[in-house]
Amino acid sequence: MAALTPISRKPMTFVLPIVAIVGAIAGMFVGTSFGSTTLGFFMGAIALAGLACVYVNLFDNERMVRWFHIVGSIVLGYLAAGNIGILLAGLFGWFSIWFIYWIYEGRYRAKLLPYLTPGQVLWHYTFYVICGSIFVFLITPILVVMPLSFNAQDFFTFTDKMLRLDPEGYSLKHYQDFLGLREDSNGEWLRSFWNSLKIAPIATVISVSLGTLAAIGLSQSHVPAKRAIMAILISPMIVPLIISATGMYFFYSDLGGFMENSLGMNKDFVGYVKVILAHAVLGIPFVIITVTATLVGFDRSLTRAAANMGAGPVTTFFRVQMPLILPGVISGGLFAFITSFDEVVVVMFIGSASQKTLPWQMFLGLREQISPTILAVATILVALSIMLLATLEILRRRSERLRGMSPG
Amino acid sequence: MSDTTDSGPMLAADGTPLKRSLARALRRQKIRALMLVAPLLLFVILTFIMPIASMLMRSVDNEMVGEILPQTVVEIQNWDANSGELPDEAVYAAFAADLVQAVKNKEHTKLGSRLNYEQTGLSSMFRQSGRKVKNWDPVTDGPFKEKLIKAHKGWGEIETWAAIKTHSSKYTSGYFLNAIDMQKTPQGIAAQPEDKQILITLFIRTLKMSLIITGCCILLAYPVAWILANLPARSANLLMILVLLPFWTSLLVRTSAWKVMLQQQGVINEVLVWLGIVADDNRLEIINNQFGTIVAMTHILLPFMILPMYSVMQTIQPTYLRAAKSLGATNWTAFWRVYFPQSIPGIGAGSILVFILAIGYYITPEIVGGTDGVFISNRIAYHISKSLNWGLAAALGAILLAVVLVLYWAYDKIVGIDNVKLG
Repeated sequence: MAALTPISRKPMTFVLPIVAIVGAIAGMFVGTSFGSTTLGFFMGAIALAGLACVYVNLFDNERMVRWFHIVGSIVLGYLAAGNIGILLAGLFGWFSIWFIYWIYEGRYRAKLLPYLTPGQVLWHYTFYVICGSIFVFLITPILVVMPLSFNAQDFFTFTDKMLRLDPEGYSLKHYQDFLGLREDSNGEWLRSFWNSLKIAPIATVISVSLGTLAAIGLSQSHVPAKRAIMAILISPMIVPLIISATGMYFFYSDLGGFMENSLGMNKDFVGYVKVILAHAVLGIPFVIITVTATLVGFDRSLTRAAANMGAGPVTTFFRVQMPLILPGVISGGLFAFITSFDEVVVVMFIGSASQKTLPWQMFLGLREQISPTILAVATILVALSIMLLATLEILRRRSERLRGMSPG
Repeated sequence: MSDTTDSGPMLAADGTPLKRSLARALRRQKIRALMLVAPLLLFVILTFIMPIASMLMRSVDNEMVGEILPQTVVEIQNWDANSGELPDEAVYAAFAADLVQAVKNKEHTKLGSRLNYEQTGLSSMFRQSGRKVKNWDPVTDGPFKEKLIKAHKGWGEIETWAAIKTHSSKYTSGYFLNAIDMQKTPQGIAAQPEDKQILITLFIRTLKMSLIITGCCILLAYPVAWILANLPARSANLLMILVLLPFWTSLLVRTSAWKVMLQQQGVINEVLVWLGIVADDNRLEIINNQFGTIVAMTHILLPFMILPMYSVMQTIQPTYLRAAKSLGATNWTAFWRVYFPQSIPGIGAGSILVFILAIGYYITPEIVGGTDGVFISNRIAYHISKSLNWGLAAALGAILLAVVLVLYWAYDKIVGIDNVKLG
C-alpha cells in the first residue's frame, strides 16, 4: 500500500475548468435529448462550475452541501423528465458533488505515492477509466437482458413506458409463457427445461465418478505415458464442438440403430442415452483439470498414515482422501453440469425432437421465431449462474481453509 | 552402493533380492495407476475418439459407387476416358444390370446425389432413368447402349462415363479436393468453377476473424488482468465477479443479449439515436455482419484471455517495477522492458486458448453473423443437415481438426495441458 500522501486544497483556477468539463459533457447529453446540443453543452459547463464556486467559497459544512446538491438534482430531474429523471439526476448529483470535493480538497492524491508527477496521476486515473469501461463492456449485455425480460410488449427493445418507469410497461407475461401458464404458450419451454434437468445431472454423475478416479490415478508418481493419456482426456475440451458433433452424428446414429434394432430398446430411451453419453464425455476434461489441481495440494503422508493405522484402500479413500478433495470434485462437477446444461451443438446433431433441451429451444427461438420469452429464460439462467458462482467461491474458501491456507 | 556385497545380493525383509522387490513394487504402482485411469480412458476412446476417427474415415470413403454399381466399375476400367469414344456395349450392359438392381433396392437416387457433387445434373439423370429402366430384364433385353441413350441422352455423353470412372475407386481424395475448392476430373485435378469457389474464402475468413478476435481480446484483457493482479485482494475479488459472471453465464444468454444490444431497434442504436449521434432513418448496421460476430465473440471469449493472464501476472513481483524505476527507468521503460516480458507467457496461453475456441465457433456466428460473418463451422453444419454432403463435411472437419491439433500441440509445449486453470 502506498504511503499516506499529505493532501492540500487546490486553487480555483485548477478546479473550475475540470468541473466545467464534466458539467459540459453531462449538459451535452441532457441538451441533446431536449433538442439543442450546443446550448446544453455551455449551460452544463456554466451551471456546474458556478455551483462548485458557490459551494466551496460560501459554505463550510460539506455534508450539508452534499445533501442539498443531491436533493436539488432529484427535484430538477423530476421536473424535467419524470420518474426516470429522478434516477438519472440523482446518480449524477451524487457523482458530481463527490467529484467537486474530490478535486477541490486534493483527495485524488491521498492514496497515491507522494512523488508522482501530475502527468502520472492523470495517467493513473485514465487507466482506471479504461479498465472501468472494459468491465462495463463485460457486464452490460447481461444486465440489459434483465429489465427487458419484464417487458409488457413482445419486443426486444425498451418501450417508452419502460423508460418512464411506468408500472404498466412491465409485466411477468414472458415468465408465464415460460412456465406454460398462458393460453397461447405451448409448454415447449418447460418441457425442454425438464429435459435439460434430466440429462445434465446424469451426465455429470458419469463424468465426475470416472473423472475423479482417473485424476487420482494420474496424480500417482509413476504413470506410464502420462502426457499422452492426459492429452486424450483433455481433447473433448479442445476439439471444436462442431467437429465432435459431426463425428458423433455419424457414429451415434449407427450406435442408436444397433441399440434399437438388435437390443430392441425404446427409441426415446436410446435418444437420451446417446445425448447423456455425449455430454458426459464433454464434461470430463473439466473434472480432470479441477480434481488434478486439488490433488496437487494433497498431502500423501495422510493416506500412508491411514494405511499405517489399519485402514484398507477403500476406507482410506472415502474417509481421508475424499473429504479433502471434495471441494475440487464438486467444482469439477459444477463445470461438467454447466457444460451439459449449456451445450447445444452436439445435442442438436445427435438428439431428436423429444430430447430438445433448453439451449436448443433458445437457439430455435433466436433463429426462427424471435420470442421475448428467451429473455425471461436468460434472466433465470443468469440467476442460476450467480448461484453457481457463489457456491464455487464458498468451496474455494473451504478448500483453502482445509489445506491450512488463509482465505484470500 | 552396488547391490551385490560379499554376502550375496542385498535382501528385502521377505528374503527376495531388494532390486527385484523394488521393481515389483514399482510395477504394481504403475498397474494400479493405470487401472484407475483405464475406465475413463476406455470411455473417452469409445465415445469420443472413435466417432472422430470414423468421421475422418468418411472423408476419404467412397464405397458407395462400388457397392451400387459392382459390375460397371469392373467393366469401365477397360475404357479409356480420353479416347473420345463412348464405352462399348459391355459397359452399358453391366451398367443396365446394376441400375435395374439398384432401382429394385431403391438405391439409385442415393448414388445419383453422390455423383451430383462431382458433376451437376447426374442426380436428375439417375432419377429419370430409374423410372424407365424399372421393368427391363438385364439378360434378355440387350443391347442396352441405344436403349439407355434413348432413356436419357446424358448416357450418350462421354463426361457422364468419365465422371463415373473417376469416382469408382474405393477411397477418394475428392472430398478433400472439394474442401479446398478443387475437383477431381477425368483429366486430373482442376480448380472448381468460379461460382462454386467459396470454401477457401471461408477458411481464410475464419482464420482472419479468429485472429482479429484474439487481438481484440489481448487488448481488452491486458489492462483488466493488470488491475486485477495489482489491486488489494478484497477489491480484486469483487472485480473478479464481473469477469466470472459472464464466464459462467450460458453462451446462448450472452448471444441473445448481443442480439438485443446490436439489432437495428436494439439498445445501442436506440441510445445513439436518442443522443442525436445517429439519425433515426440511418441506424447503424452492426448485426448480421462481421462486426457483429467480432463484438459478440470478443465479449464471449474475453474471460478465457483474462484468466490465464491474471494467473501469470499474479506471480510477477511488483518490486521489480519499483527497482527499475529507482534505477532511473521511466514508467514506460519499466513496463516495456521489465514487466511486459514477464507477462508474455500469460498472453501466449490466453491467445492460443482463445484462438482455438474462436476458430471452431458455430452458435454465435450463426445467430449474429448473417451471411458474411459466418465461419467454416457453419458450412460444416450446413453440409451435415441441409445439403447432406457428409463426405465434404467430414473433409472440412478434418482440415479444421488438423489446424486445431497443431495449435493444441503448441499449447501443450508452451503452457502444458496440466497447467490449464479454470475459474
